[in-house]
Amino acid sequence: MLTCENIVKRYSTHTALDGVSMEVPAGKVFGLLGPNGAGKTTLIRIITRITGPDAGRVLLDGHAMTDADVARMGYLPEERGLYKKMKVGEQAVYLARLKGMDKADATKKLKEWFERWDLAGWWNKKVEELSKGMQQKVQFITTVLHGPKLLILDEPFSGFDPINAELVRGEILRLRDEGVTVMLSTHSMPSVEEMCDHIALIDKSRVVLHGNVKEIRRRYATDTYKLEFKGHKVAFADALAFHGEILEHREEDGITTARVKLLHGAKLNDVLGSTLRAVEFIGAHEEVPRMHDIFIRVVSETAPETVTSGMTE
Amino acid sequence: MKKIRLIIWREFITRVRKPSFLIMTILGPLLIVGAITATVFLAMQEKGPQTIYIHDKAHLFTNKLTPSEELGITYYYSYDDLPDSAFKASPYTMLIHLNEKIITNDQAQVFYKDLPSQKVQNYVSNDLEQVLRKAKLALDSVDVNSYDRYSKPLKFELFDIEKGGKRSYDEVKAVLGFAFGYLIFIFVFVYGVQVMRGVMEEKQNRIVEVLVSSVTPFQLMMGKIVGVAMVGLTQFLLWILITSVLSTVGMGFAKDRMAELAAAQVPGQATVQLQQEIGMTPGEAQASEDAQDLKIAFELWDDLPVARIIGLFLFYFLGGYLLYSSMLAAIGAAVDAESDTQQFMFPITIPLMVGIFIAQTAVYNPDGPAVFWSSIIPLTSPVVMMIRVATGNAFEHPVHLVLSMVLLVAAFILTTWLAGRIYRTGILMYGKKVSWKELGKWLFYRG
Repeated sequence: MLTCENIVKRYSTHTALDGVSMEVPAGKVFGLLGPNGAGKTTLIRIITRITGPDAGRVLLDGHAMTDADVARMGYLPEERGLYKKMKVGEQAVYLARLKGMDKADATKKLKEWFERWDLAGWWNKKVEELSKGMQQKVQFITTVLHGPKLLILDEPFSGFDPINAELVRGEILRLRDEGVTVMLSTHSMPSVEEMCDHIALIDKSRVVLHGNVKEIRRRYATDTYKLEFKGHKVAFADALAFHGEILEHREEDGITTARVKLLHGAKLNDVLGSTLRAVEFIGAHEEVPRMHDIFIRVVSETAPETVTSGMTE
Repeated sequence: MKKIRLIIWREFITRVRKPSFLIMTILGPLLIVGAITATVFLAMQEKGPQTIYIHDKAHLFTNKLTPSEELGITYYYSYDDLPDSAFKASPYTMLIHLNEKIITNDQAQVFYKDLPSQKVQNYVSNDLEQVLRKAKLALDSVDVNSYDRYSKPLKFELFDIEKGGKRSYDEVKAVLGFAFGYLIFIFVFVYGVQVMRGVMEEKQNRIVEVLVSSVTPFQLMMGKIVGVAMVGLTQFLLWILITSVLSTVGMGFAKDRMAELAAAQVPGQATVQLQQEIGMTPGEAQASEDAQDLKIAFELWDDLPVARIIGLFLFYFLGGYLLYSSMLAAIGAAVDAESDTQQFMFPITIPLMVGIFIAQTAVYNPDGPAVFWSSIIPLTSPVVMMIRVATGNAFEHPVHLVLSMVLLVAAFILTTWLAGRIYRTGILMYGKKVSWKELGKWLFYRG
């Protein structure tokens, strides 16, 4: 749905984006990750046509983006605010109309949203009278009200309490199910794991990781398993022998949990086979790496390569 | 375009609805009219009735003076002196010594408790002079009527040949022009700063990024500038409306007065003194002077090309506003806090101040080189050119006027374009202490 081709953006003091390319598939949640200062916000501002690239282009549904396309996008910036002294309802309608909605349509839809999210009584209040959480709800609503096909959210959960964060999370997934493409820029790795179908990781103005989340996690799998059993860990270790290495273990209420890294091409079956008689197994799972660990690992690698493969579904 | 209209409307309606707008709209004319009325009223205000003790040592004046009901003047005559202490204790407000040699030395000494107004002074001195003159004439057996004929003053009437033989009131017009220029100065400053504050508010509220994902920074800036201009124009129109309502009421009274005074023959420019020589009573002299002022006002009104002046006033008001507000918008975008605006505001307010300063001198010397140049240069022309327009000097040099107008338009197009480039970079930049050099760099950033 959205394609970035070799985007370059330079400022007088540094290069923000150095040939950044990515594919954002339609109807999925896409995570844009990266350390602070990596270039995420710059890329987002180029996609939302707030600034222009020095080179490269952005394609929406195959055609080069134009100013008219802003009506099809919704953007919630990381630093987001509202006119403090203006009334909530009036302001929301104003923002919707700037996106191209007509007044009656915007008013009607806003009132529905306000009902749904417990803001109905606040329509005529000034924004400064609302609590922070309520203001953020309003900000989110104004971002999605005009029915954009592409939703770009920069740190959408920052500053939200867990209840409102859950509300927003639910809404994002609901919109995705309705066919909206969502691009999330976030530091919250658990959110990425829960919600994102695809990701791109930007570091030092380049894309260092790009693709389907499940596939990436499998790619970074380290052949480690979590084994839970009753019995003596010494016996287990002996039986394990050369098939694997115990990275760590702990015991609680008679149950030992061991993280075992398989060695020499051994498979889980081999490990189970050799240790089955030594202990009483309760459970065995593959340890799929967490995004948090992948992120840190990729970013701290001294020579990050620009990954061009991995654009599978 | 529709989006700019939305922004203009929002900028307009949020400011017009504020109670402060309404207060200023009503207060403005009230203050002006009030101030004028008060000064006039106070000037005219008598400090109370004057009971004047005439020490008529000369034995010439007793019962010959004319009390004035209008001015509250009554006379008490005595051939005897009233010592100072006695005077202080007495109910009399003035004590006039008319010595016995007054016919030759023409001296009268007046002691007062409260300084009497000019009107009262004039009235009493005229009154005494008339009586004295009659006495002198009688002494030499000169016929009063003959004397009046001999001493009739020459009517020295002034006419301006350029104005088709009518008199011109250059100085009055220049002052009027200065008033226009000053008004423009105030409006440009007040509303220009509102633009700057609006830009800073959007930056501080962090709403600007949301807005520029829907509209371009240029649209946002222009919408704000035009919206605030509409607020200014609305306020100005309301002021004119209210002031003209108040003054038609005032003029109504004036017209009645005119009818009253129609009886008093109004000659050319005549001071009270001259009128005395002709032999008017002090009371008639005063009435005649009032009528004279009104006559000047009406002649002035006819003389000025009102439509053109108002048209040019609007042009220079808008032109000056667009010029300065675009610069102020750029400043608002460049800074993070109000305190940072100082370093930029200063160089921008200087040309306006210089303009006002030169404008003041233009009242007396509309043809000087300083006035010429400052009426052409766009930074000062909105303030200074209005004086030349009001005096008609601008219409005598249409080339200057056209040049000034063209340059102003070109200037605000330029500043708006430059401001747009600074604005679009500045509104999303936080935490950077901006210098003039930095601003220069921003001019060249790509969009």
